[in-house]
Order: sequence, then structure tokens, then C-alpha cells
Amino acid sequence: MSTPLANLATSIRQNRAFTGAVLLLVALFLLYNVLHPRGFSSAVLIQNANESVAIVFVAMAQTIPVLLGGLDLSVGAVMTLSACIASVLVNGSPLQIILGMLVTLLAGTAFGFCNGLIVVYGRLQPIIATLATGAIAMGLALFIRPKPGGDIDGDLNWAVTNSLWDFVDTYGLFDADAAWFAPVAWIPVPLLIILVFGACVWLPFRRTVTGRTIYAIGSAEGAAYMSGLPINRAKIAAFTLAGFFAACGGLYLAIQTASGNADLTQAGAYTLNSIAAVVLGGTSLLGGVGGAIGSLIGALILRVISFYFRILSIDPLLQPLVEGLVLLAAVSLGAVRVLRIRNRLDLFR
Amino acid sequence: MSAHPFLQLSGVSKYFAGTRALENVDFACERGSIHAVLGENGAGKSTLIKIISGVLRPDTGALSLDGQPFDFANPAQANAAGIVCIFQELSLVPDLTVADNIALAQPPRRYGMIDRRAQRHRAEALLARIKCEDVDPNALVRDLSLSRRQMVEIAKALGKQPRLLILDEATSALTRNDVETVYGLLADLRQDNVASLFISHRMNEVERLCDTLSVFRNGRHVETFSKGAKTDGQIVRLMIGREVDAQFPPKPAPTPHVPHLHVDNLSWEKRLRGASLTVGRGEIVGLGGLDGQGQKELMLALFGVLRGVEGRVTVGETQGVPTSPAIAKQAPRRIALVPEDRKTEGLMLPMSIADNLLAASYAYVSVGPFINPMLESQAVSEAIAKLQIKIGDPQDPVATLSGGNQQKVVIAKWLMTDPDVILLNDPTRGIDVGTKQEIYRLMRRLADEGRAILFYSTDYAELIGCCERVAIMYDGAIVAELSGDAVTEEAIVSAALNIHAAPVGVAS
Repeated sequence: MSTPLANLATSIRQNRAFTGAVLLLVALFLLYNVLHPRGFSSAVLIQNANESVAIVFVAMAQTIPVLLGGLDLSVGAVMTLSACIASVLVNGSPLQIILGMLVTLLAGTAFGFCNGLIVVYGRLQPIIATLATGAIAMGLALFIRPKPGGDIDGDLNWAVTNSLWDFVDTYGLFDADAAWFAPVAWIPVPLLIILVFGACVWLPFRRTVTGRTIYAIGSAEGAAYMSGLPINRAKIAAFTLAGFFAACGGLYLAIQTASGNADLTQAGAYTLNSIAAVVLGGTSLLGGVGGAIGSLIGALILRVISFYFRILSIDPLLQPLVEGLVLLAAVSLGAVRVLRIRNRLDLFR
Repeated sequence: MSAHPFLQLSGVSKYFAGTRALENVDFACERGSIHAVLGENGAGKSTLIKIISGVLRPDTGALSLDGQPFDFANPAQANAAGIVCIFQELSLVPDLTVADNIALAQPPRRYGMIDRRAQRHRAEALLARIKCEDVDPNALVRDLSLSRRQMVEIAKALGKQPRLLILDEATSALTRNDVETVYGLLADLRQDNVASLFISHRMNEVERLCDTLSVFRNGRHVETFSKGAKTDGQIVRLMIGREVDAQFPPKPAPTPHVPHLHVDNLSWEKRLRGASLTVGRGEIVGLGGLDGQGQKELMLALFGVLRGVEGRVTVGETQGVPTSPAIAKQAPRRIALVPEDRKTEGLMLPMSIADNLLAASYAYVSVGPFINPMLESQAVSEAIAKLQIKIGDPQDPVATLSGGNQQKVVIAKWLMTDPDVILLNDPTRGIDVGTKQEIYRLMRRLADEGRAILFYSTDYAELIGCCERVAIMYDGAIVAELSGDAVTEEAIVSAALNIHAAPVGVAS
């Protein structure tokens, strides 16, 4: 019953939506590279990864409140706020840079923590509480950076937006041309950042009691309470972690663009796209099912779709229309299960 | 026996919005004993166990465990003190695995993270102890049947190593085998000096299992006595405070019925395999058998819930399987289904009693596209009077009612559509004796009015007491039909197990 293979089969069966998202991403990305004139090159991968980091982080941030059964409408704004903070602080001596990055991450995390406190002790619906706090975050961002601009350390910008080779070369960590390093030298740093944060923050978190309580709340809050789970702590942790991931996205965006910009439209777009990515990645908006790794995949799918516009020469004016249709089609794939259901009552579960 | 009782309540009262749920209750319970708590719905049993297990706090009075006074703020604190409750409303999280659920609050950990391997071993060990080796610890709880879920719930409670175990109707959804396992388990726990509080509406269970009985009525503790000190009749009288005559209404003399509902060779997925049955007008046909043999699916199929049903269904002159509940309830079929789970399928808990009563019959109280308030309130008060539903105000949320009254709302909702065929899926589960008897009498009256009733029950005594004919299901098909005097417990059990040891009176 519990051989590793049977366990894997059970796991795949229980995570159909996730498996589907991974397959969709692989198919889309392979086709993209086939169509691209310089497909399957490190340069294309680096460019794609760079443009994906922010939305991936914001999607992972959104996942956690969604698992609770709520929505966080402030993730885009917290990302923007963090980017603006970073655009002021991340420069100077190496120590100042590191300190600036820490303060940026801390600020976003603290903002998420406040979201959590408001939701738990203010007893507000997450969606309305974060609508308000999102506006506050935008206000703070505008206060910090009334006009786009800023000063980000140039070395850092170069080092984290290129391949590992460039990273090692920029900081002279060791001989970047060493033979042992060659097999991994092509890997884009932004891709590594995504994977490391996904694997080192989310996966361990999910296996803590707090992490599991988040799932339990989204699935059946009454049962979670009756089982004596730490409900308030889990809710606050969920929003705090969302703030942390959003801050990661903002920090990267600031380093990548070497500036900060309190752009309201962009913040809103990131928030809405994060919800789309969460759904594409197999997380249920009702809560209790899914995970941040799925949202990572979902965000990449969204991005790859937009990459196609560059190589397929579609009229830019048509882009939103096509994007909307593709998104609708992709989300519909998740609804295919409805056709298989034989007991109509299961539709409502 | 020690100087002080293991669990002691003195002068405990609890009020909800001015109504009394418990008043000045003194109660005690000893280790190494299985103590039954009996009473009608609304007698205060649920409030009592919620106070003991930390869900509610008493308004007045003191509680102590092993001589130590306690006042728990939440169930977690009660668990920590060794008080574990298996609630009637399951406390499982459907989207997590069985193993996750069993170790939900206190999982085994390594380096601060949940040790999934240890957690699975623990789940396997606990499941083995209650003979549920067939349950895969990696399965999601939502994929399990109700009876399996309840066993997982029991495993979860055991894993907390209780000193005081409270079972609130914990056997109501179980199969016979599981019930035996639980009985054995409770006996073992008694050996281990664990105190058990057992809340059940099934007298025979209480008889068999418990050594001490306490009766509650109207929020008061009426009497505690040891088993055998009183007869069943005396106990029932204590519970309802009045004389009861026959538990079941008398059956009418056997008469031929005009067949109204024909089910012929009904199949669906692998759960129904050629079930055939007829129900006549004015007849109550029982549906029996072990849990999960397709009884629920048969009812859902007849009500248009299932997709891809094969076979023939005829209601009166109308042929064909209905394709949705909306079609099933309308003329010419006029079918009603009282579903298994009243909290999710029967009621919209946050909505008002009036809205719930009208949910299936808005067409009857509407003029054009608008609901007529006059007709609406008239229909609601008629329904409430007809079933004697005990309520404060029809605009209160239905969730505020006791279980028995909620079930009456579900039944009343369907009676408002004036159905010809009534499908009842275990309508008396978790309901007090008084309401049960009202439901039996109501069923008989509805049959006398010429309706066809199909009645599924997990309680064999009900099938024997209420039905002219009983069809037994096994593995998706009707394997036996018993009628008249052949409807006996032995015949039902042997047919349910699909053994033909007692062929006496098995007509087909």
C-alpha cells in the first residue's frame, strides 16, 4: 500500500491540477523555444527568467491567503512599496547594500504582518481589509518615490540578472572559467533565486504545524478549531509570509530595473495576475487545496504566453484581448473535471 | 474509588440569548466507567459536552477533573488535560490526508517540521487498532465514505491518549462491524481506567455498553442510576417526562397497493448494479442492508442527481430517469428526497427557517416573478404548525435549531411541494426519541394519504416497526425483499450479509 511508487501515484492523483499545469508549462515553453530564432540558448532563458521573477514572487505571495480561503489585494502594492524602498536604500558600500536589502524585505514582511493582525483582530474579511491596506501601501510608495527613479548598485543589478558565470565574475568569488563550474555556469541567477526561495521557504513552511493549519482553515475552519489548531497564529503567519514574498518580488524588480516606480496601474495588474497565476497553478480559490509551487508554475505559464507575442508579431493593440482569451482557455482546462463527474452533488464540494 | 469523582460539575448553568440550555447541573463521572448521557434533543446534552470539552464556557458553576478545578478557554486546553471529544459534526479537515488529520494538532516533528513518515506509521498503528487497515493513510479525507470518516475521527481521538473520552453520537454513521469494533475498544479503554461519556439515541447500544446512565431533560440533570436499575419504559419516561405507548404507529392491515414507482435494472458506475424495486401508493417500503451498498446512490439516481444512470424508472405514467432535482420535483413525477446529510444537502444553515422551508416551493408562493409575502408567511406558518416545529421566529437562521427540529424543517420543506414519491435517506439519524416517533407517525400519515414512500434506515428496528415491505441491498442490487411477518431482525441481518442461512419468508 505504501510503497514509494504507490505513494507517488496517489500524490499525482491528488494533485491533478498541479500536474496539468506543469505539463502545460513544459509544452508551451518547448514550443516557444522551437519557434524562437535563438531558442534553447542561455540568453533567451536569462531574459525570460528575469521578466518572470517579480510575478512569480507575487503569485507565491497571493497563494497563502488564498489557501486560507481569502484573497490578498495588497500584494501588488506591497511589491511596489518594497521596490520603492529598495530604490532608496540598496546602494553604497557592500554592507549598506546588504542592510538595504534586509530592510526592504523586513518592511514588506512587517506590512504583511499588519495585514494579518487586522484580519485576525479586526475580524475583517481579508479581501476588504487588504483592499484598504493596499491603498495605504501605494500611498507610502508615492511618498517615498513621488517620481520614478532611484539609485541601485550597478554591480548588483548585473550580477543577479545574468547567468551564474556573470555573478561569480562580477564579485570575483573564484575563477569563473574553472572546469568544474562550466556545467552550471549558464544557469540564470533569477531562475535560481525563484527555485531557492520556493524550495527553502515554502516547502519547509508547508510542513510546519502553522503551514498545515493554513490548509486546515481553508478546508474546514470549524474542524480546525475543534482540533485545537492555532488558528490566529496561522492566519497572521499567512499574511506575513505573503508580505515577505511580495517584498522579495519588489526587491528584485527594483534591482532589475535599477529604479523604483510607484505605478498604481502596474501594482493593480500584478495583483490581478497573481490571482490568475494561483488559479492556473491548481490552487482552489475556496481554500485548502494547492500550494505556492503550483503558483510559481502558473506565473511562468502567464509569462510564457506573453513571450509568444514577441515572436508571433501580433498587433500590440490586440495583446490584451489575446491574453484574456488564452487565460480563459487555460483556466477552462481546470474545469474539465466537471465533465467526468457522475454525481452532480460533487460539483458543489 | 477515590474521595472525589474523576469529573465533577457543580451548579453549572448556561444560557443562550435568554433561553436556558443548562440549569444548575450537578454531574459526576468516574474513571474506568462507560457513562451514558441520555435525553431528547434540546435536553442539554450537547451543551454539557461542549462545556466539558472547552468549546463553551459555563455562565455559572464549577468544574473539576481529578480534583483539580478547570476552566478551559478552547478545545486545545481540554485536549491537553486529557479530555477528548468525538463530535457529532466531524472535526476532520477534508482536504488533508488521513494521516495528517489523525495527527493534526500534535504531529510528530523532526527539526521543527512535520515528520511525515512517523506520522504515517502512527496513523497506520491507530487505524490497525480500530481494524481499519483498509483505510490508506495517504488518502484524502474527502474521498472517504461517511462511515470511514467517522472511524478516522475515532482514531484521531485515540491518538490524543484521552483520560476522558466523550462520544457524541459517534456510532451513528458506522457499519455494524465498525460498531462492534468500537464497543470492543471502549471495553479496552475501561480496562485502562479511562472514563467514557457516551451519548447515543440507540437504546440497545446504551444497554449493551454502559454501566451508568444519566438522564437529562430541559437543561436539567434528572437522574443518574446504574444499568439495570430501570426498565426501558421507565428510562424513556424520564427522558420525555410523559408516558409513551407504542414506539411505532400501528401498521394497517395488509392491502394490495397500486404500484406507483417502478425501478427496473438500475445501474450507475459500479455502485448500482441492476437494482429493481417497486413502491406502491400508500406503502412504506424500507431499504436496508449494510452501509454503502448503494442505498444512497439509488435515491440520488431517482432524484436526478447522478449522471449516466442506466435502467428504467417509471413514476406513475411517466417514464425515464429524471435529469435533475428540479425536474424530479415537478409534475408529473413529484419526487421529494430528504437527503443523508441535512447540514450540507438539506439546509442552507445561515438562511432563515422560512427561506429554508420555502426553498423547494417558491413557485407556489410567487405571483409572476415576485414572491408574495402574504402567501409566503401563510405557507411557512402552516408548515411549522403541521410538523410542530419548535422555533422562536421563522426569520431566525435555521442553524439555531436543534438537530431534530432541523430535520423537521427539511421534511416540511418537501411536504410543501405536495410530493407523490418521498425518498427518505436515514431521516432519524442523530435525532431524539420524541422526534423520531413524530417522524414515524408522520410517515404513516403520508402513506395513508396515498403517497409512495421509500425509507432507508441504518436502524433495523425502524425498518421492522415502520415498513410493510423491506428491500435489502447488497453490492448495488436488491438481494432480498421481506414482507409481512418475515420482516425480522434475523432475516434482515442475514439478507444484508447476503447469506441465505435463513431463507424463511424471503420472498423475491
